[in-house]
Amino acid sequence: MSAHTDRIARRSRGGGLGRRVAAGFLYSLGLPFLLLVIWGLASSSSTNRFFPGPLTILEAFRETWIGPAFVDDVLPSLYRLALGIAASIVIGIAAGTLIGLFRPLRELLEPLLEFFRAIPPPVLIPVVMLLLGITDTMKVVVIVSGAVWPILLNTIDGVRATDSVMSETADSFQITWWERLRFLVLPAASPRIMTGVRQGLSVALILMVISEMFASSAGLGYRIAYFQRNYLIAEMWSGILLLGLVGVLLAATFGVVERRVLRWYHGIREVNRA
Amino acid sequence: MPDRSTLLRVEHLRKVYESANGDVEAIGDISFTMRSGELVCIVGPSGCGKTTLLKCLAGLLRPTSGLVEMDGQPVTGPSPAMAVVFQEYGRSLYPWLTVRGNVELPLRHKRLSRQERDKLVTDAIEAVGLAHAARSHPWQLSGGMQQRVAIARAIAYQPEVLIMDEPFAAVDAQTRADLEDLVRELHRTRKISVLFVTHDIDESVYLGERVLVLSASPTWVQEDLAVDLPPERDQITTRALPRFTELRTHVYDQIQRAKRGQAVAP
Repeated sequence: MSAHTDRIARRSRGGGLGRRVAAGFLYSLGLPFLLLVIWGLASSSSTNRFFPGPLTILEAFRETWIGPAFVDDVLPSLYRLALGIAASIVIGIAAGTLIGLFRPLRELLEPLLEFFRAIPPPVLIPVVMLLLGITDTMKVVVIVSGAVWPILLNTIDGVRATDSVMSETADSFQITWWERLRFLVLPAASPRIMTGVRQGLSVALILMVISEMFASSAGLGYRIAYFQRNYLIAEMWSGILLLGLVGVLLAATFGVVERRVLRWYHGIREVNRA
Repeated sequence: MPDRSTLLRVEHLRKVYESANGDVEAIGDISFTMRSGELVCIVGPSGCGKTTLLKCLAGLLRPTSGLVEMDGQPVTGPSPAMAVVFQEYGRSLYPWLTVRGNVELPLRHKRLSRQERDKLVTDAIEAVGLAHAARSHPWQLSGGMQQRVAIARAIAYQPEVLIMDEPFAAVDAQTRADLEDLVRELHRTRKISVLFVTHDIDESVYLGERVLVLSASPTWVQEDLAVDLPPERDQITTRALPRFTELRTHVYDQIQRAKRGQAVAP
């Protein structure tokens, strides 16, 4: 049999990996650093008190956030954010799979979903506040009310688009319903689901901040609004800096998870490009 | 000749696709039987409803009328007695599973112990010559190797009949010859019954013990031809036999008649 001489394509690995990582690191940090320098130079020659220099902001960052404020404001915010994201993912994928698989359900719900999706989630805050009070639950509900849509809708589309030959293969081998879900439907939809999750993450971060600005006595959003109202400008900027860092951290975590979950998907694209 | 009981019986199979622009009769009236352990090739002009026929046999499509019987039992849906190898290997294998995972998947719901399942999987992967690639993903393999994975998945399922739908239409000629020999070898060493659908006349004569020539759509069986070539076949000597040339010329003529619509329905 000649199969033993056939080659198996492998992904390129090693060979100056360390150097490439270092170069990537330099590239990604180079521009932010340059901008900081320009900002520093500009602010040192400016008298506008709303734009303090980066060093002042860094100083404020250290004083404001490293210490009890981290426990009182940052951790609760992150906790609600994590809870909101987790709930959005679970609800979005579970409901999306059901709706995507059952055609009558889809036809019944689609107009309704379009309507709810079109409502900007911040306007729900007063309603949710009336129903649930000013609680953690209310903030998590607000986060979910916005972040769940991209995940839900992408999951519906992904589940619907299961390849016909793959389905027929499952049929012909009499794969059980559960195995079909686990080994065919969900993996096939996973690229779409991950796209939805990526969009959901940024919505969740925005809603975390907004839900705290409305009615709250703690949290990142509350702090930033508080600093702004009290003309603590450097502190306000440091809060924005912290939010940006949370966003970057979120994106990086997502990137790691995505590369793991969609290893096959990126592998196929790499092979097709080669 | 060993005793070969009837495995698959098809009687007056008819399939009409209903559409808004009127009904399309894909299959007119097909009847044939296949004995256990046979390798039967089905060949016909393009567009004659080969794939439709195959899906009806595999229980993936409901025939409009007629009967498909497997071991005396009517086929109403997919059955564990059949395994299908599709033409589009790229869309039939699951890219998120490894070669091993793909071969193992259909066995998960069979009541087998861990060891039995592992043994079946390993054995099937070795039988198609892919032991070295078991942990790779399908997309890392060439087209021919991917189709070997699909064949391994089918034989690990231990069906009574292997149904192959133009399985080698999308691979290059050299790989195709290797895969044809693989099918012959699996059929001979494992006594697997094979129903092989193809549009390639040479392939049907080289592989088959019998060749069913289909007419143009609406389809019936235009000829049921026994291939009296020696059971030991290889690409060079068998294809050089005068009898091989006679048979392929005969099938070719039949297909040409089918295309021109000159053959008369029985």
